[in-house]
Amino acid sequence: MTASASSAPPPALSPAVTFEAVSRHYGAVRAVDGVDLAIAPGEFFAMLGPSGSGKTTCLRLIAGFERPSAGHIRLFGEQVEDLPPYRRGVNTVFQDYALFPHLDILENVGFGLKMRGVEAAERRRAAAEALELVKLPGYGARKPGQLSGGQRQRVALARALVNKPKVLLLDEPLGALDLKLREQMQEELKAIQKSLGVTFIFVTHDQGEALSMADRVAVFSEGKIRQIGAPEEIYNRPRTRFVADFVGSSNLLPPDFVEKRLGARRWGSLRPEQIALRPAGSGEGAPARIASVSYLGATTRLGLETAPEEGALRLHAAVPAAAATGLALGQMVEAAFAPEAIHLMEDAP
Amino acid sequence: MTAAEIPQSRGLRGALSDWFWRNPGMTLFLMLLPPLLWLGIIYLGSLFALLLQSFYSIDEYSGLINREFTLKTYAELFKPANLDIILRTVTMAALVTVGSAVVAFPIAYFAARYAKGRWKAIFYLGVMLPLWSSYLVKVYAWKLILAREGILNWTFAKLHLTWLVEAWLALPIVGGNSLSVSHTGTFLVFLYVWLPYMILPIQASLERVPGNLIEAASDLGATPRQTFWNVLFPLALPGVLAGSIFTFSLTMGDYIIPQIVGTSRRFIGQAVYAHQGTAGNIPLAAAFTVAPILIMGVYLWFAKRKGAFDAL
Repeated sequence: MTASASSAPPPALSPAVTFEAVSRHYGAVRAVDGVDLAIAPGEFFAMLGPSGSGKTTCLRLIAGFERPSAGHIRLFGEQVEDLPPYRRGVNTVFQDYALFPHLDILENVGFGLKMRGVEAAERRRAAAEALELVKLPGYGARKPGQLSGGQRQRVALARALVNKPKVLLLDEPLGALDLKLREQMQEELKAIQKSLGVTFIFVTHDQGEALSMADRVAVFSEGKIRQIGAPEEIYNRPRTRFVADFVGSSNLLPPDFVEKRLGARRWGSLRPEQIALRPAGSGEGAPARIASVSYLGATTRLGLETAPEEGALRLHAAVPAAAATGLALGQMVEAAFAPEAIHLMEDAP
Repeated sequence: MTAAEIPQSRGLRGALSDWFWRNPGMTLFLMLLPPLLWLGIIYLGSLFALLLQSFYSIDEYSGLINREFTLKTYAELFKPANLDIILRTVTMAALVTVGSAVVAFPIAYFAARYAKGRWKAIFYLGVMLPLWSSYLVKVYAWKLILAREGILNWTFAKLHLTWLVEAWLALPIVGGNSLSVSHTGTFLVFLYVWLPYMILPIQASLERVPGNLIEAASDLGATPRQTFWNVLFPLALPGVLAGSIFTFSLTMGDYIIPQIVGTSRRFIGQAVYAHQGTAGNIPLAAAFTVAPILIMGVYLWFAKRKGAFDAL
C-alpha cells in the first residue's frame, strides 16, 4: 500500500474502517461532531490533534467502548455500532497499557486467546512468539509490576497482536516513554506494521510522531477532522491556520503581508526552513531584528521581528548552524524567501 | 548568611520537637509502645491464657479443674455431640460468608464504579447506618419479622405465596415451625448483621481496579462473564477474603443470634457460653474456642496457597 497523495481515501472495495457522519455528544459537548472517514486495509493511519479534539473518542468508538450518538461505523463493510467490543475483532494498545496486574506476562499476552478457547499449550506457544516479535523473549514469567515502562508498552503491543487483529488501535502508546525509547519504538512499530500488514490506527498529539510514522494523517480539532492527507501534504499544504499552526512550527502570515508579495489577500504559511538570512540593506528580503537565537545542533532557530511597516511580525527561521554564527541579539538582518514558498490557506482573510 | 536568618528554636517544646526529629527511631518506639503493650499483654496474653486452659481437664466427679497438661479435653471435642456443634457452626459460617459475598459484590461494584459525590455518601450511610443501632434491637426486630405472624409471612400471604414458605419450612434441616425458629432464619439474620463487613472491603478493593482493565478484557474478546471471572473477581479477591474473614469469624463466635432466632441446636458460641458459665467447664470452653482459630488459620493458609493475596 502506498501513501495516497490526495485527501480522498485510497481506493479499496471495503475500507477497514468507515465513519459515516459519526457524532458522539456528552450533553452539550460535541466530542466527535459529524466525522466522515475511510481507512484502507493495511494502512498506517494517524489521528492527530490537541487534547480534547475528539481523536481518542474516535478510537474508542472503533473499539466499541463508546457508542455513537449519530451516524454509522463500519468495519470491513459491516455495521458495528451495536456490537460490543468483544465481538469486533479489533484490538487496542492502551495509553497506560492496562496490563492485568494479577497475571504474569505470558498470561497477559495469552489472555485474548484464552477467551477464545485456544488450548493452553497453543496459547503459550503463540504468546511466546508474540513476545519474541516485540523483542521480549524470556520475560513470560514476570509480573507487569516488574517491568519498565518501555517493556510494558511492548507487552501491551504483543497482547494485542497475538490475536491477529485486522485493525490495531493505538492510543498514544508512546506518550509515557522518554525521547530515545520513543524514537526507537516508532521505528519498530512501523517495521512491525509493514511486516504484518495490519491496519494501524494511531492516536497522538505529537505531530512529529504522526508525520514520521503514518501513511495518512487526520488532523482533529473540536470534534471535527480539519484535514486528511499524506504527511507531506499536511506539512507542506495545510488547509487552515489551525492545521498550519498545530502541525510543525509554521509561520502564519496575515493577509496584508501575503497580498504584498503574491497579490492574493489570503492567510499564508511559511516553513521556518524556507527563510534565509541576508545582510541588512541588501534589499533581498524583509528587514527584521533578531529577537532570539536557539542553537539546536545542525540548525539554529532564530526569532525574528519584522519592521513595523512589515506588520511587526514574529517569524521563526531555521537556518544551518554555520549561517548563524556571529549573529547577535538585536542585530538587523533581512529575512528572505521565495514568494512561491508561501502556501495559501483556505481561511477567510 | 548570618545566624539570625535561621529561625531559633522556641523554648522547651521547640527543643523537644527538634530532639524527636533528630531521633526518629525513638519517636517510633514511643509511639508504638502503648499499642504494643495493649496488644501484647491484654490482647494476645489473655488469648494464650485461654489456650493454656484448653490443655487442662475437668474432674468429672468433683467438677474441679485439674491443672495438668492433657489432650483429654480436645478428645472430648470429637464426641459426636460436640463435633456436631462444630460442623453446624462451620457450615453456617461458610454459608453466611458465601451469601454475604454474593449479596455484597453488586452493591460494592455499584459503589466503586458508578456512585459519585452524593450517591457515594448515600451508599456509605446506607451501609453504615445499621451498624450504628444496637445489635440486640436488630436481632429482636428480625425475630418479629420472621415470626409466623410477622411481616414476611404477611407479605408472602398477600402475594399468594404462602405455599412457598410452607414448602421451604417443610424441608429437613433448613426448615422448622416458622422462619424465626429455623436455621434459615438464623442464616438470614447473620447475613443481615454481618453484610457491611463484607461490602466495605470488597468496595475498597474494587475501587483500586482501574476501569481500563475491564475495557482491556472486553477488547481482548472477553464476554462480561469472562471479564468477571478472569479479571474483576481475581482483583477483588483480597477484598472478598478480608470480608470473609470478618463474616466467617464473627459467625463462628456469635452466641446471641442463634439463641434468639433459630432452633434449639447449639452453635460454638453457645457451647462456649454454656461451658464456661453454668457448667463451669472452662477447659472444654477453651478447647471450643480453639476450634474457630484453627479453622481460620487453615482457611487463610489455603487462601494464600491459592494465590488469593497475589493481587495485593
